Amino acid sequence: MNAFEYAAPRTLDEALAVLGEHGDEARVIAGGTALVTMMRQRLVSPGYLVSLRGIHGLDRIEAANGDLRIGALVTHREAETSPLVRERLPVLADTFRRVASVRIRNMATVGGALAHADPNQDPPVTLIVLGARLEIRSAGGRRELPVEEFFRDYYESALEPGEVVTGVIVPRLPAASGAAYVKFLPRTADDYATVAVAATVRLEPDGERCRTARVALGSVGVTPIRARAAEALLAGQRLGAELLSAAGEAVEGAVDPLSDHRGSAAYKREMAAVMTGRALTQAWDAARASSRGTR
Amino acid sequence: MNRKIHLTVNGTARAVEVPTSRTLLDCLRNDLGLTGSKEGCGVGVCGACTVLLDGKMISSCIALAVSADGHEVTTVEGLGGDERLHPVQQAFIDAGGFQCGICTPGQVVSAKALLDAIPNPTDAEIREWMLGNLCRCTGYYKIIESIRAAAQRSRA
Repeated sequence: MNAFEYAAPRTLDEALAVLGEHGDEARVIAGGTALVTMMRQRLVSPGYLVSLRGIHGLDRIEAANGDLRIGALVTHREAETSPLVRERLPVLADTFRRVASVRIRNMATVGGALAHADPNQDPPVTLIVLGARLEIRSAGGRRELPVEEFFRDYYESALEPGEVVTGVIVPRLPAASGAAYVKFLPRTADDYATVAVAATVRLEPDGERCRTARVALGSVGVTPIRARAAEALLAGQRLGAELLSAAGEAVEGAVDPLSDHRGSAAYKREMAAVMTGRALTQAWDAARASSRGTR
Repeated sequence: MNRKIHLTVNGTARAVEVPTSRTLLDCLRNDLGLTGSKEGCGVGVCGACTVLLDGKMISSCIALAVSADGHEVTTVEGLGGDERLHPVQQAFIDAGGFQCGICTPGQVVSAKALLDAIPNPTDAEIREWMLGNLCRCTGYYKIIESIRAAAQRSRA
């Protein structure tokens, strides 16, 4: 690992000031699972690390105006086991639970993993279909950005120098809605997905036809991918084999996987369609249950 | 770019000056002489370097020593000694929970963390918790048996 300066500020303002001062040379560190690993492999060699670990107030999970706000320093394990997350958005707790191992989930933070912008991660796709927004702070102020618009390329995000992800805000699922996360893992349980799909389905008042659906996929491109063409096919329709097959075809056209040790591009493309069908079926079932519950 | 850090390691306050780039694992092994924790993969996957930070298991090979400043670290050396083994250590011996032994310190520390969090785990809970600790001798069934035995013993 290269030599670097290390600052452990006690307040966010102090951290933002240090970041502003050091510009591109500085990197933010929280849990360190991604950054230290990349530094050990000499993929990155920052001259200055600004640790957020000592900053109070970024490690809270709270309900606000019907939304769930998860602070950037909340660990994956804390998010997964939080009664508030489990009760409000079980799909999100289940998604965090699929990340790596308990040990890594004890270290990796929700904000840090998002800022890392690795397209193979689990939480981004679920956050995208839930319509989550990132809360971003800099010395100049605060902005919110839909998670969907955050990812630009492999390990590249919309974060500007001097900006820090401070939290993620997740709206409630609307009534008569269901959500699912499906992670295809043919190798080991702690691996990155070969293909990952998150889906939400919101039903019409008849409790059967789809009003709107959202589908997002991970591990099949340089960013998480929202499959809008597939979503458009689903609106107004009833669940059935033909519809799922059409949605799967649309997904195959939207993804752009790489061949690697987890499978060839052609295999992943086909599995993206299969997993989309499974995710939609699960989300649809959950939506029906939710619809029955409200009638 | 050195920094003085203060750690409580296995219950004892320690002050040590480390380069900022020192991993917690290297600090424990090289600066503090605690060589029970091992480096396997070096990327947080294999679990051989597992230690507890404020009671929670972490991969010390991808943790910076400076990030543990002011915190409590428990290594396998803190669980028990030759005179008195930790119940988890004794259970690994009794049930044959190791073969070559290189992964064992990490397995034992992870198992202790499991029983601290879930004193009476189901097999499914043991498997989910321990899936991040690899044993290349593939002695997984005996490891699960060891943990089951340790849980039973602490209930008795």
